[in-house]
Amino acid sequence: MNLETIKSELEANIPGCRPEIVLNGSPSAQNSLLVDAEHAVAIASYLRDASGLRFDFCSNVTGIDWPSKEISAKVKVKKVIDGTEQEVEEVQKTMTPAYLEVVYHLFSQELKQGPLPLRLRTQDRDSSANLPSLTPVWRSAEFQEREIFDLFGVIFDGHPDLRRILMWDGFVDHPMRRDYVNPDDYEYEPTAHDDVLQRANQHLREVGGR
Amino acid sequence: MSTATYLTTPPTLEPTIDGSEDQLLEISMGPQHPSTHGVFRMNVVLDGERVVKLKPVFGYLHRNHEKIAENETYLGSMPYTDRLDYLCSITNNWGYALAVEKLAGIQVPERAEYLRVITGELTRLQNHASLIGFLLQDMGSSGTPLMYAFREREKILDLFEELTGSRMMCNYMRFGGCRVDTPAGWLDRAKKVVQEFPRFLDEYEQLLVGNEILMERTQGVGVLSKELAINAGMSGPMARASGVSYDIRKVDKYSIYDRFSFRVPLGAHGDVYDRYMMRFLEMRESLKILNEAMRTIPEGPIVDPKMRIRGFRPKPGEAYGRIESPKGELGFYLISDGSPNPYRYRVRPPSLINLTVLEDMCLGLNVADVVAILGSIDIVLGEVDR
Repeated sequence: MNLETIKSELEANIPGCRPEIVLNGSPSAQNSLLVDAEHAVAIASYLRDASGLRFDFCSNVTGIDWPSKEISAKVKVKKVIDGTEQEVEEVQKTMTPAYLEVVYHLFSQELKQGPLPLRLRTQDRDSSANLPSLTPVWRSAEFQEREIFDLFGVIFDGHPDLRRILMWDGFVDHPMRRDYVNPDDYEYEPTAHDDVLQRANQHLREVGGR
Repeated sequence: MSTATYLTTPPTLEPTIDGSEDQLLEISMGPQHPSTHGVFRMNVVLDGERVVKLKPVFGYLHRNHEKIAENETYLGSMPYTDRLDYLCSITNNWGYALAVEKLAGIQVPERAEYLRVITGELTRLQNHASLIGFLLQDMGSSGTPLMYAFREREKILDLFEELTGSRMMCNYMRFGGCRVDTPAGWLDRAKKVVQEFPRFLDEYEQLLVGNEILMERTQGVGVLSKELAINAGMSGPMARASGVSYDIRKVDKYSIYDRFSFRVPLGAHGDVYDRYMMRFLEMRESLKILNEAMRTIPEGPIVDPKMRIRGFRPKPGEAYGRIESPKGELGFYLISDGSPNPYRYRVRPPSLINLTVLEDMCLGLNVADVVAILGSIDIVLGEVDR
């Protein structure tokens, strides 16, 4: 299994797709394939069905949150100081783009190869955090994509049953994001007791008990 | 006996006698149902006694294990992995240690690998023994089979207690080895337990394997096809009962599993009975590994002497490590950004993913079969909800 050959095979067979190889610096050397959201379903189906690849087993699906980060780099800039041109070192600050990433770890049971990590990135973390669902290709992604929707807030278009899975339905935030803050009163949940208590107090006030 | 006709496609609802759908009954099984082995709920829609829809509801035991681990050092998460699948803490430790060793490129000494195999296979024995006990208990054979299984499990837990100091929360592995070496005489006592184990298996098989009621309740119930099993990510005994020949011990050859001769049992029908028998066959294969490992274990260090525990910071990068836990494929996915804490820590829980096909297996069967099918999947809610 060679990522370069997989990449060129994908480019030859799926017109318009732009897979990129993401290198991994750790000794595990598990490099991954970054694909665009537009062609993700076609690429996934091809990886599953093509005879030399047969990635029929999608083992692990997970989300990663990459918030915007400030990177400062020293850059040499030519500046005119006191009439003469000089090279001055300046610190340039740039912000990395923020996005959510979903990683699918693919294995082939037939050819006994893998893992092939397949990465998809959203455009940003807020308004367009949409990705196509790969559940139609691999059923095993069903609960795991629901979990990513629940904990990271990635919206999977085409998922058969996209609901919260671990948090309760009324919950609003996404706890696995890096900037999530625990509310002070996270154990507080309005229950029927509060209504009942309010009515009881009102009744007591009306009858002059308190 | 129910046959498996409704397995990959959901059945179309037959019209009721008066043409209305008000004869459907929605019941909530759980969260405190004894067959769920924890807090787990299924919303089941019934037409008479037939299941027409089943939606599992999770999250009662959710504590966001992954977030806690991201705020903790690499080693600090090790005791917490015990609490994932609290029946097999040692294999959880092993999966995590393996992922970190891949991430940081750590070598494990020979004796530690043997100790890992021995304790890991003992964990498989006690997990499978208690699972068949639970399954039979769920199906109504109260008491005796479960207690027979727990009697054997106790012997293994006693070994764990002597070795690690704790019966269930073992916290035994370290990156690059194991935490403690065996106390004097431990291996002999473990050998004795292993040698006596086949007697329990023979006794248990004689007790119930050919039992007519058991066969009637389980054969042809909850059939899972091979294609669906692969596509839905089934792993472990669940997948192998459906005839999927995939054992990570054989495929990845992690640790030193390529040195032992053992076979991978496969089922032919993929029903509850096959999954039940799969556990017996796997225990017999585990015993082969254990006998061989205990005979050939070498002397030596149990942890890589170059490994630094304080200030452990792997290079930036990522790794996915997986092992064959008793429940299936247990994977850990770690991303390091060079700091003492993992940037991302993900557990691939076999129990949660094996539940994906619960609805497919139950549709069209009776509500009493749901209990048997759920029992045969072998879930632990500490791992499902994390």
